[in-house]
Amino acid sequence: MSRRGAAARLGLMAVPVAFFAVFFAWPVAAIVKRGLDTDGSWQLGRITDVLGQPDIRHVLWFTTWQALVSTALTLLIALPGAYVFARFDFPGKQILRAVVTVPFVLPTVVVGTAFLALVGRGGLLDEWWSVRLDTTVWAILLAHVFFNYAVVVRTVGGLWAQLDPRQEEAARMLGASRLTAWRKVTLPALGPAVAAAALMVFLFTFTSFGVVQILGGPTFSTLEVEIYRQTSEIFDLSTAAVLTIIQFVAVGAVLALHAWTVRRRESALRLVDASVTARRPRGAGEWALLAGVLAVVAVLLVLPLAVLVQRSLGAPDFGYYRALTHSDGGVFLVAPIEAIGNSLEYALAATAIAVLIGGLAAAALTRRDAGRWVRGFDALLMLPLGVSAVTVGFGFLISLDEPPLDLRQSWILVPLAQALVGVPFVVRTMLPVLRAVDHRLREAAAVLGASPWRVWREVDLPMVRRALLIAAGFAFAVSLGEFGATVFIARPDNPTLPVAVARLLGRAGDLNYGQAMALSTILMIVCAVALLVLERLRTDRTGEF
Amino acid sequence: MNNKKLFAAVVGLGLVTLSACGSSSSSDSGSTGSKTVTLVSHDSWAVSKGVLADFEKKSGYKVKVLEDGDAGQAVNKAILTKDNPQGDVFFGVDNTLLSRALDNGLFQSYEAKGADTIQAGYRVDGDKVTPVDTGDICVNYDKAWFSRHKLQPPTSYDDLIKPAYKNLLVTENASTSSPGLGFLLGSAAKYGDDGWQDYWKKLKANGVKVVDGWEQAYNEEFSGSAGGKKAKADRPLVVSYASSPPAEVIYADPKPSTAPTGVADGTCFRQIEYAGLLSNAKNTKGGKALLDFLLTKEFQQDMPLNMFVYPVVQGAQVPAEFTKYGPQAKDPETMDPAKIAEHRDDWVKSWTSLVLK
Repeated sequence: MSRRGAAARLGLMAVPVAFFAVFFAWPVAAIVKRGLDTDGSWQLGRITDVLGQPDIRHVLWFTTWQALVSTALTLLIALPGAYVFARFDFPGKQILRAVVTVPFVLPTVVVGTAFLALVGRGGLLDEWWSVRLDTTVWAILLAHVFFNYAVVVRTVGGLWAQLDPRQEEAARMLGASRLTAWRKVTLPALGPAVAAAALMVFLFTFTSFGVVQILGGPTFSTLEVEIYRQTSEIFDLSTAAVLTIIQFVAVGAVLALHAWTVRRRESALRLVDASVTARRPRGAGEWALLAGVLAVVAVLLVLPLAVLVQRSLGAPDFGYYRALTHSDGGVFLVAPIEAIGNSLEYALAATAIAVLIGGLAAAALTRRDAGRWVRGFDALLMLPLGVSAVTVGFGFLISLDEPPLDLRQSWILVPLAQALVGVPFVVRTMLPVLRAVDHRLREAAAVLGASPWRVWREVDLPMVRRALLIAAGFAFAVSLGEFGATVFIARPDNPTLPVAVARLLGRAGDLNYGQAMALSTILMIVCAVALLVLERLRTDRTGEF
Repeated sequence: MNNKKLFAAVVGLGLVTLSACGSSSSSDSGSTGSKTVTLVSHDSWAVSKGVLADFEKKSGYKVKVLEDGDAGQAVNKAILTKDNPQGDVFFGVDNTLLSRALDNGLFQSYEAKGADTIQAGYRVDGDKVTPVDTGDICVNYDKAWFSRHKLQPPTSYDDLIKPAYKNLLVTENASTSSPGLGFLLGSAAKYGDDGWQDYWKKLKANGVKVVDGWEQAYNEEFSGSAGGKKAKADRPLVVSYASSPPAEVIYADPKPSTAPTGVADGTCFRQIEYAGLLSNAKNTKGGKALLDFLLTKEFQQDMPLNMFVYPVVQGAQVPAEFTKYGPQAKDPETMDPAKIAEHRDDWVKSWTSLVLK
């Protein structure tokens, strides 16, 4: 089958490759070229120039260590959560799973404001213990955990829930201690998912922008913040281009490392339906673990969101919410409330694109006989997560400016940019599960006469349905909260929710501030509802086939 | 195994999805007809619906507005796309960035109708750009805080380095924020090319706090703003605009009888915003009509309550809230755009290492 298999894989990959070439590689290359290519000769000497500056080296160092610490902290705090969500049944689990995912999709401008209210001056910590964390690195680290908790719970927990607990039980039956059984059976199986999660968290924190800018004050700067400043404020495109290349190389190295880890750990897993693996906690230890996880969620994730809601209710009779329905002709051409509809439409379109592109890519990457260059493609798909939104946004401007691709003012640009960020989620969520499907099942089905389509429908689909839904949900939620790229390309008469919030925050006056908080709360609720629907949908369809 | 069928099925599905996405919408991304004129601006652009509709009715042009990021971004993006611009007219380049736009050949010549009615102080040489509005970047103070502490609010740059005002001022990062840059330029205009660094050393010793953006400074750190009160902010002095006090009144519910904040009159730097006809504009005729419109009294008088700026043409009325709570500074610092262009990057760099490091 190898030759046909190769042809099929090529076909499957054609669409994602074209998509990334046109909407990612080309724009980014164009803006880098603009920065480094003067009159036909590449100014590569700029690279050493820029790297020689102490300021830039300081930025590089800070970017790296804060990302490492943030990742470690997130894994430490969220892995118990992943276990609890995967293996325990408790009342309100569905709602809670949706709630912990909300922070991940909230725009940083909102989260920054909420966090300041918590750890900043006059915040809750300040009132209770006179502790202030704003403009310290702790605020940044905590916010990173706040954002990325869900990445670990969803990516690791998603697989954990489908691991057959009987394997571990069998190991214990054969005399292994609880720890040994976990270490020898569960841990290796979870490896790829933990690596994927850690990689994502590292990527997000390495390229962190809004959080660092708002909570760190002007003294802390990541590579991404510096690229933004150089491009957008100082307009030094050559320094920005060098920094973009550096970030590219760094992110590429991390991705290569990840690909290597995954390959070493790859194994066909025995997956079962999640509903049979979860049970009520037993014994004091398990109850304590559950309580501990709930406490962490309450303090770290729910409290900042609660502050947001509280501030949005600052005017009597929901005054801020009522104000949202008026078009004042000033800040907005339309009533701010209409941003909700825009956001949903854009996010749906982006999800469709992301699931299609990401699904095709994941299917192509699953093949056992995948060659080296196919694996390289896997890593390539992740690159958009590691490239600054301002680079992509400016790149769009100068590359997509001629027919048939003069998309600069087209509505489709927003979902396209959002899908670019969504695709890696789809691929990352689907791939571990797709790869874990025992290939012999597919072969057996084929031997018994099933067509490839039928094989996919009857073997792959039932096993990955859950992952597909999680992937779609993530893509949707990420699109909903996407801010960096959207703010560059969203049209003023069609602002998305995060864009509208940022614009309200950019104005003086009680009413604007209150409306920003109200709109943030609405965004939060829309996200929570969307994620909750997803949870429902998932359970309802279990066992349909 | 017949992988081809699988491939065909998946691609087919994909195309259906894509085309479904496409058909629902691609309505108005078509070419800019001569009846549409496109205004490129920053995201503080705002105009009353009726005023714009009035222009559309009178001129026969449909106005499309493209708000392209904050003031700095919008200018930078316009420069990047100048060979194939996204619109016909650009509004919102201010005196701190004007030279960057002019040096890059962003605009083509056009003298707007009504240019002769522009007040003398705002005019520029040449006919590449038209002044449209002005505003002052000034230190704002929290009235309640100062009366509570029985302290006179500061009135000048010199006051800000006095021990009485230690740890009271919050300002913005000059490299990322336009009021932050304005305040730096104001101090440079006041104390000279060499003196400003010394001033900032003293300001730093006197506990000035620097945050990245205006939003954070004003809504989170400044005790006099609505947001700051909620956040229990503790800095009663902030670098903001002369028009911020009127905004505190207009956007309050219920409206207070007087503004909760005031302006330190001797700490102001004058900002002027310009508009121009973009080089390579597709609809130059419409663009010219739009530029003329920006200087009409109707638009000029509409600006204050929408963008919180002051008009530049003679005889344009400003709303009562403005004259009452946020009059223009009497004697603001100013600086020639050419001089700003010459020093801006160097100054910001030395400011950064002086104040932030």
